[in-house]
Amino acid sequence: MSNFRVAVHIVPRRGILDPQGTAVAHALQTLGFQGVADVKVGRHIVIDVAAKDRDAAGKSAREMCEKLLANPVTEDYEIATVDPA
Amino acid sequence: MKFGIVTFPGSNCDYDAFHAVTDALGEEAAYLWHRDHDLAGADVVVLPGGFSYGDYLRAGAIARFSPIMQEVVAHAKRGGPVLAICNGFQIACEAGLLPGALLRNESLSFISETVRLRVESAETMFTEGYEKGQLLRIPIAHGEGRYTADEPTLQRLESEGRIVFRYVGSDGRVDDESNPNGSMHAIAGIINEGGNVLGMMPHPERAVDPLLGSEDGRALFESLLARVSA
Repeated sequence: MSNFRVAVHIVPRRGILDPQGTAVAHALQTLGFQGVADVKVGRHIVIDVAAKDRDAAGKSAREMCEKLLANPVTEDYEIATVDPA
Repeated sequence: MKFGIVTFPGSNCDYDAFHAVTDALGEEAAYLWHRDHDLAGADVVVLPGGFSYGDYLRAGAIARFSPIMQEVVAHAKRGGPVLAICNGFQIACEAGLLPGALLRNESLSFISETVRLRVESAETMFTEGYEKGQLLRIPIAHGEGRYTADEPTLQRLESEGRIVFRYVGSDGRVDDESNPNGSMHAIAGIINEGGNVLGMMPHPERAVDPLLGSEDGRALFESLLARVSA
């Protein structure tokens, strides 16, 4: 077993109203970032986990997202990075 | 009839529910601790409002894995009545007892006020004491009450008559201004397919006494009593 650090991104699903993202987008536009079209505010979760190899660590993180970290009704997730820790 | 009121760390409406059951209804109630493994003989389970486990991650996401919730889910699967209020509604959705999810209010503000509800179905064990179309004044107090589900789920809830309460204006109609949190289809409460799990964001247990400004919630508890003790 080796130690890995897995980073997961969880964002509101496209098409689902994200009032926090809308508020941030308006603030950015007010600051002069006229190119900002849309913002989604989500969560970034970092997990230290022991696993057989990199693939197993990623697979385990995926299961964590399915079971707890992301809400399958309203959120999408992606495994951003899996690094040796 | 015995009510079991679940207390999670962070629950804060458990005593309100206890008061509604014992003082207003005159029935027996017991607190069920989140680590308990049995329902202490309760006929009806109440999942009360509050901030279970600090609402960490998402409201209700962690509470659903507590030992008592395994018993509550088993009770619901046997057809046992479950009244899920506010944070309880969020927990019931996370646990898969009810479809959909409750997201951050559209205004991004925590809202504590008395709202108007319209009874959409008086054919459930929770609402037989009301008339269909009756208007109720019941308080809400939440930051994450925006009911959200995909289109097929909403269609199913509508066609199966499983939307029990909707937010309306004083004229009894649905409009954007009277929808406090941006809920889809102005949904304030829904029931499961089996008709034994009701989830609602408003607090009927806080509306059981004229002293509290409204007793429009009382008939919900009386409906349950009439059905379950029959």
